[in-house]
Amino acid sequence: MTAYLQIDHVGKTFARGAQRTEVLCDITLTIEKGEYVSIIGHSGCGKSTLLNVVAGLTPATLGGVLLEGREVDEPGPDRAVVFQNHSLLPWLTVYDNVRLAVDKVFAARKSRLERHAWTMHNLDLVQMGHARDKRPAEISGGMKQRVGLARALAMEPKVLLLDEPFGALDALTRAHLQDSVMVLHQKLGNTVLMITHDVDEAVLLSDRIVMMTNGPSARIGEVLEVLLARPRQRLELAASPTYLKCRQRVLEFLYERHRFIEAA
Amino acid sequence: MTRPMTKSEAAQAVRVTVSSPPATAQVLPLAPVRQVSFATRLSGVGGRVAARVLPPALVLAVCLLVWEALCRRSGATLPPPSTVLRDTWELIVDPFFDRGGIDKGLFWHLSASLQRVALGYALASMAGVALGTLVGQSMWAMRGLDPIFQVLRTVPPLAWLPLSLAAFRNGQPSAIFVIFITAIWPIIINTAVGIRNIPQDYRNVAAVLRLNHLEFFLKIMIPAAAPYIFTGLRIGIGLSWLAIVAAEMLIGGVGIGFFIWDAWNSSHISEIILALVYVGLIGFVLDRIVAAVATFVTHGTAAN
Repeated sequence: MTAYLQIDHVGKTFARGAQRTEVLCDITLTIEKGEYVSIIGHSGCGKSTLLNVVAGLTPATLGGVLLEGREVDEPGPDRAVVFQNHSLLPWLTVYDNVRLAVDKVFAARKSRLERHAWTMHNLDLVQMGHARDKRPAEISGGMKQRVGLARALAMEPKVLLLDEPFGALDALTRAHLQDSVMVLHQKLGNTVLMITHDVDEAVLLSDRIVMMTNGPSARIGEVLEVLLARPRQRLELAASPTYLKCRQRVLEFLYERHRFIEAA
Repeated sequence: MTRPMTKSEAAQAVRVTVSSPPATAQVLPLAPVRQVSFATRLSGVGGRVAARVLPPALVLAVCLLVWEALCRRSGATLPPPSTVLRDTWELIVDPFFDRGGIDKGLFWHLSASLQRVALGYALASMAGVALGTLVGQSMWAMRGLDPIFQVLRTVPPLAWLPLSLAAFRNGQPSAIFVIFITAIWPIIINTAVGIRNIPQDYRNVAAVLRLNHLEFFLKIMIPAAAPYIFTGLRIGIGLSWLAIVAAEMLIGGVGIGFFIWDAWNSSHISEIILALVYVGLIGFVLDRIVAAVATFVTHGTAAN
């Protein structure tokens, strides 16, 4: 059996001189095509390191990542990342930021005109077509994150990797963007792996929630299936017993069994 | 909003809205649009210009008056501004005469100096950005080259002149080389710092997109380091203009440096003062030009 995306016994140890820190230990996870999986854990537990391993930006010390049965150990547009701090290039306009990705990924497959249309199509998907000629410094944080999302979607990735994409946004903007991501996931059927530290966000968006134990040597503590029908409505879910139960489970995991103990 | 409202809370919120007293609307008369007359606006612009121009003009006037008062007395070694103006009036009104040899108008001297600076500075910019990129990008290049750069950059510009005269056996390339070697260090060092400070995020973006080395250099490195590069270029142009005068004093021929030296040898002190004014003004303009290019290229992200 080959899964779509398989994280196979991944371990990561950072070495600084003679000092070795094991961040991730024996992480095994399979993700089906079209699935939305969230990884949740306290800060410093190595969630981002895991995402970077999948993205190919950080090499795994042990184990490996398989995408459609093939090992991936280098970054590539088939695993597009939406970074926490948007990472748009400030000297390019919104349009050019997306176009850079489109030009690179579709250089051989699409004509100039098609690449332009595809760029605009993706900007319109995230409702940013109106700001195409603005520079990142001229738009709000939520808008930057939308453009980052458009850039990632434009690469037509096999897996979309979201690294705390809404972490730096205010609550209202975050809710708005979560709804957008839900709609896009519904529409495009992307396979998504998202890092988050927000319980509601994880339950609202995910098909499965992977809960990680505290580091060092973080492992997968528990995996929770969120059996809520899609499309999901934020307000209806508030009263759904399944939603509340899922929320309860994650909260219990995070705050009772794996309470974050800050170094004094 | 991280925790959705429960039903009872939502109901409560609705009830609160209903029970509030009906809003009483009141029509507020809008204030009439204040008519800003053209004359007022013009005086506003005029005011801003005056605020920029008046203070330096006043200070300049005071300085000239003090200078005039000091140098008017008998026994003064330097001419007062009125004498300078009288002595050099011909040079000021006719900068384009050419009587052969080095007996030319100031325009020709300045343009000869500017040409040397342009050539030396252009070479320094290209070599400086290239070497700075190398040092900023490669750990081994930095370890190998940086100590050498740090020693060489402290050598005063003029100290290179005898060596370059010995190598080139000609004044013209020697002067250009001195400009080159003066301007290149700040360009190298600032470019290297800019390249080293490219945020990891941009490198990640490039990695995910699988940009090749050339694409990475052109699309990420150069634009990301541009504010730093232009800082180096600005320091470089200032230093070039500083060095050219001294270099030309020694190599002779046409050029503002030798013009000053020649004026000193013929005791034309007024001409020296006039030349200094021109050197200062042109140095200022050169600096502003590079700053303007920087603002244009980096969309205002380079420090001014």
